[in-house]
Amino acid sequence: MTSNGFTPARVARLAVLSFGALVFLAPYIFMISTAGKAQSDIFTSSLSLIPQQWFFFENFAKAWSRVSMTTLLFNGVLVCLLILVFQVVVAIPCAYAMAKLKFRAARAMMVLVMLGLLVPIHATALPLYVAFDRVGALNSYVALVAPFTISVFGIFLFLQFFRSMPDDLIHAARLDGMSEIGIIARVIVPNAWPAITAFAIFSVVAHWNDLYWPLIVVSNQAYATPPLGLLYFRAAEAGDDYGALMAATLIITFPLVAAFLLAQKRFVEGITMTGLKG
Amino acid sequence: MAEIVATPSQGQTFGKVSARSSAARHEARTAWLLAAPAILLTFFFIVLPVFAVITLGFTDFELGYSGFQFVGAENYLELFGDRTFRQSLWNTFVYAAIVAPVSIFLALGLAMLIEAEGIGRSFFRTAYFLPVASLLVAMATVWQYLFHPSIGPINAMLALVGIQGPNWLGASSTVLYSLAIIGIWQTVGFNLVLFLAGLTAIPRDLYAAAEVDGARSAWDRFRLVTWPMLGPTTLFVTTISVINAVKVFETVKTLTEGGPNKASEVLLFTIYQEGFVYLRVGYASAMTVVFLAILIVLMIVQYRIQDQQVHYT
Repeated sequence: MTSNGFTPARVARLAVLSFGALVFLAPYIFMISTAGKAQSDIFTSSLSLIPQQWFFFENFAKAWSRVSMTTLLFNGVLVCLLILVFQVVVAIPCAYAMAKLKFRAARAMMVLVMLGLLVPIHATALPLYVAFDRVGALNSYVALVAPFTISVFGIFLFLQFFRSMPDDLIHAARLDGMSEIGIIARVIVPNAWPAITAFAIFSVVAHWNDLYWPLIVVSNQAYATPPLGLLYFRAAEAGDDYGALMAATLIITFPLVAAFLLAQKRFVEGITMTGLKG
Repeated sequence: MAEIVATPSQGQTFGKVSARSSAARHEARTAWLLAAPAILLTFFFIVLPVFAVITLGFTDFELGYSGFQFVGAENYLELFGDRTFRQSLWNTFVYAAIVAPVSIFLALGLAMLIEAEGIGRSFFRTAYFLPVASLLVAMATVWQYLFHPSIGPINAMLALVGIQGPNWLGASSTVLYSLAIIGIWQTVGFNLVLFLAGLTAIPRDLYAAAEVDGARSAWDRFRLVTWPMLGPTTLFVTTISVINAVKVFETVKTLTEGGPNKASEVLLFTIYQEGFVYLRVGYASAMTVVFLAILIVLMIVQYRIQDQQVHYT
C-alpha cells in the first residue's frame, strides 16, 4: 500500500502524523526548554523555546539539593528489581506445574488466576495497610515489595507460553535424569526468554510508575520511590519555581525513557505480547 | 502418552499400574511443591485481603481505635446518601466516557495512517508511545505548567489567536476535561501499538479480494475488512482503556487533590482519602467493594461480547 510518489493524499497523511507527533512530543520539548530557563524568563516568555539566560546548571543543582535524587532513583531501581525477581521466581515454577504436570488443583488454580487478574492493588490496599501497620512494617522495603511478589498476570502469561512448548523437550530431559527444578532452570527458562523479557518490561513500567501503594505505606523520605519523591519535591517547592520542578521532572523521567529509546523493539514486542495475551 | 512409554515395563499388569500411579503421585507432589509459593502468596496477598475488605465493609472499623462492630449495611446506606461519593462516581464515569472512546479512536486512526505510510513508521510509533514509558506523576507536573493560566504555553498560544484561555486545572468547569486530555495523551500510544499489531496480522489479500468484490472506496475496505478483522483487538483495547480510566488516580493526586470544589474527585481518590487520610477503614472498604464490583461488571461485559463475536481466523 506504500506509494513511491508524494501524492496529495500522502502529503496530507504525513502532515497529520507529523502534527500529531509534535503535539505528543510538545510536553517533552517544553520540559527540556523550561528546565533551562531562569524564573524571570519563565514568567515573561513562555513560547520561546530557547532560554535567554542559560539556567540549566542552576535548576539542576536546585533539584538535586532539595530532594535526594540519588536516593529516589536507587529506591526505584531496588524496589522494581526486587519485585521483578520475586515475581519471576514465584510465577515460573507455578506456571510450569500448571502447564506441564498433572495435578488435581490445576483447574482450581486456573480459576484463581483468572479471578486474581481482576484484583488490582487498590482493592487489597486497605487490609494490607492495616496488616503492615499492625506488624510495624510500614516505611520499609518489605512493605513496598511484599504485596507484589505474586503476579497472577505473570503466571497467566508464562502459562500461555509454556503450553505452546513441545512436551518432547521435557520428556527428553526427564529421561536424561534431570529433576523438575533442573528442567525449569535448564530447559524451560532458556526457551522462555521472550516471555520473560516481555513480562519484565511490563512489571518494571508498572512498578516504576506506581504511586498508590508507595504513597500509602511510605511517609519517610528515605524509602520514597521516584513518583513519591517528586510529590515531596512539589510540596517542598511551593509556588511557581517551574525551572527547578522541570529539572527534577527531567531527571526522574529520564531513566525509563532512555531504557525505552534503547530497547524500543523489545518494549513494543513486550506490550503486544503481554497486551494481547493478557 | 509418553509417560506410559517412560514407565519401566514390569511385565505384570499389577506392577505396571502401581508403578504408574506412584509416578503420577510423585508428579502431583512435585507440582504441588512448585506451585506452593505462588499459592501461599496468592492466598495472603489477594484472596485474604479481598475477603477482609468485604468483611470490613460491614464494620465501623477505624484505624487508631482498637475495637470495631458489625454495622450491617450501614456503610452502604451511607454511601448512597454521600454527596462526595456520588459526585466521585459521576466524575469517574465522565472521565472514562471521554478518555476511553477518544483514545481508542484516535489510536485506531493513527495506527491506520502509520500502517499505510512507508516512511517514518518507527519514528511515529516512538513519538506516540513515549508518554506510556514516562513517569506519569512527572509528566503531570509538566502538563500543569502547560496548562498554567497565566504563564503556561497553551494559554499563551491561545492568546496569539485572540482567545482568552480558561483556567484549565483551576476551574471546576474545566478541570475534568483537562485531566481527560492528559489521560488521552498518556493512553493513545499503548492502544496504538496494540492496533498496529492487529493491523499487521490482517492478510493483505483480503483487501484485494474486497476490491474485486466491489469495495472501491477506502471507507468500504475499512468497513468490510479492517473493522471486522480487528474485532478481538478492539474489544481488548476497549476493556483495558475503560478499566485504566476507571483507575485514574495519579494525575488527580498530583495536580488537583480532587478539587476545585470536588470537581475532580474520582473513585480511587475518594477511597484513598477516606481510608488512608481520614482512616475510616470500614467506610472506605465499602467503597472499595463498589470499585471491585465495577471492575467485575466490566469484565463480564467483555466476556459476553467475546463469546458473541464472530471469529474470522
